[in-house]
Amino acid sequence: MKQLLILSGKGGTGKTTIASAFIRFSDPEAFADCDVDAPNLHLVTQQGSVSNKKNYYGLPRAKIDVTKCIKCDICRQNCRFDAILLDGTYKVDTFACEGCGVCEVLCPANAITSKPAVDGELLLYEKDKNIFSTAQLKMGSGTSGLLVTEVKKQMKEAKPDAGFAIIDGSPGIGCPVIASLSGVDMVLIVAEPSLSGISDMKRIMETAQKFGIKTAVCVNKFDINIENTEKIEEFCIKEKVAFVGMIPFDKNALKAVNKGMTIADVDCAAGKAAKEVFEETAKRLFEKGDETQW
Amino acid sequence: MIMEKNNMKIAVLSGKGGTGKTLVSVNLAAASEKAIYIDCDVEEPNGHLFFKPDDKKEKEVSVIIPEVNKDLCNGCRKCVDFCRFNALAYIKNRLFVFDEICHSCGGCVMLCPQNALTERKKSIGKIIEGVSEQVYLYTGMLDTGEASGVPIIKELFQKTKDISDKDIFIDCPPGSACVVMESIKDADYCILVAEPTIFGVHNLNLVYELVTLFKKPFGVILNKYMEEKDPSEEFCIENKIKILGKIKFDKVLGKLNSEAQIAVRTNEKYKVIFTSLLETVKKEVRNETASDS
Repeated sequence: MKQLLILSGKGGTGKTTIASAFIRFSDPEAFADCDVDAPNLHLVTQQGSVSNKKNYYGLPRAKIDVTKCIKCDICRQNCRFDAILLDGTYKVDTFACEGCGVCEVLCPANAITSKPAVDGELLLYEKDKNIFSTAQLKMGSGTSGLLVTEVKKQMKEAKPDAGFAIIDGSPGIGCPVIASLSGVDMVLIVAEPSLSGISDMKRIMETAQKFGIKTAVCVNKFDINIENTEKIEEFCIKEKVAFVGMIPFDKNALKAVNKGMTIADVDCAAGKAAKEVFEETAKRLFEKGDETQW
Repeated sequence: MIMEKNNMKIAVLSGKGGTGKTLVSVNLAAASEKAIYIDCDVEEPNGHLFFKPDDKKEKEVSVIIPEVNKDLCNGCRKCVDFCRFNALAYIKNRLFVFDEICHSCGGCVMLCPQNALTERKKSIGKIIEGVSEQVYLYTGMLDTGEASGVPIIKELFQKTKDISDKDIFIDCPPGSACVVMESIKDADYCILVAEPTIFGVHNLNLVYELVTLFKKPFGVILNKYMEEKDPSEEFCIENKIKILGKIKFDKVLGKLNSEAQIAVRTNEKYKVIFTSLLETVKKEVRNETASDS
């Protein structure tokens, strides 16, 4: 399975807009949304009906049985996450608890146990021969990286023979992004021509390269600041990263999205440009031979 | 007992990325007489690009992770069995620690019967302090390749917890996961920045749930506002959410922002807009504190 992951570093540069257009252009047998704490891809891909819905359990949280608690304070003193609260009785702050189990193992009264907690929902959609794997992290849960791994696992298990998969990623460079990077064949970075966008692009590029994944860059809303777009292109040339095209700012893109459609579904400048970016990207993804040419 | 507080701590968040969190927090701080700006988007901090602070001070942030003394380790695997994050593995008669997965809970070190595990510091990023006119900046920056910025955010708040004479503006990361929770935990008030797309509304709904869960008073700023039909505005009206202000879609502002210029400092029109927005926010915060007591 060739997997294309779409990332951006900075949020709101157009990952989902571009991922959804790519899905229209290529009709991949499998696709996924790894932005588990703010998923949006399902809003525009008209992916058919839910064929599987299951609870996602992250790490269990500690629970103190106050009838057994001898108030020795050992749990509170040893919790590195400040998750044990003392307010008359000892309590666990379930938002702060990371489920490490230190308190449980140290408690001399055996008053602490770990309780599994539902941290979100995994969803699998099916339409014709295609599957779409996505999830929603429960508000207040911390284990987004683990859920990203589950989303990708669900996608692979549902369609083990798929030749091509498109994965929409999350903003940032931390745990969910790192989890989404594992096992993909290529990352397309959607950059934005602002100084913030450039700074963020460099950091996500560095992150992808640390994990040894080949990378390409496209610029969205390139005409908002042409000089900055040129700076991005120059940077890519210097760093020998493939620059696969530019997409203009287009009000029709916003209109399409607000109707639950992709920019590939309407006749617009952004959609046409995205098609070219897709072709350039696909060419590089399926390219055989010397990978160092990148 | 209610503590006397002269300042307010405001967190700016959005769920979706790119809706204008940095635009709002930077400009509100710049419109204040005396302000602290804290960049909690430690994965992709951008506020410093706007403020271009002087007198920079850097401080490394580190976490504590275990280190193996292989002469003392007898392969009992107590640590491996204990670690719920699978950050330790005993392979081919050797104990391995996977630094980047470790959550620094310290459990393995406490449990090792041979005292073969000790702790060492590992740098994960830094905090940069600086000054830009009347704004004092704290920027958290996570090293690339590191998974969690939470320890940096904790350190940012540790450093700023005793400040009581300046208003504090917290620029949050996107999303609604652990880093966002950590960023809003101590805030007096939350500003949710929304954009006029169905993506924006969907994610606004998520942070709306989050601030409700944390029982934080909040209001919404509609950014890139368009007269036609703003789905985020409809959402606010439906859910009776306070709209603090509307920032109209404007190419001039877009250009200033793309060049990392602070609109309040370079454009008279936006100075007026953000100063009045700041007044609205202050009034809201006062009302909320009054109704609390």
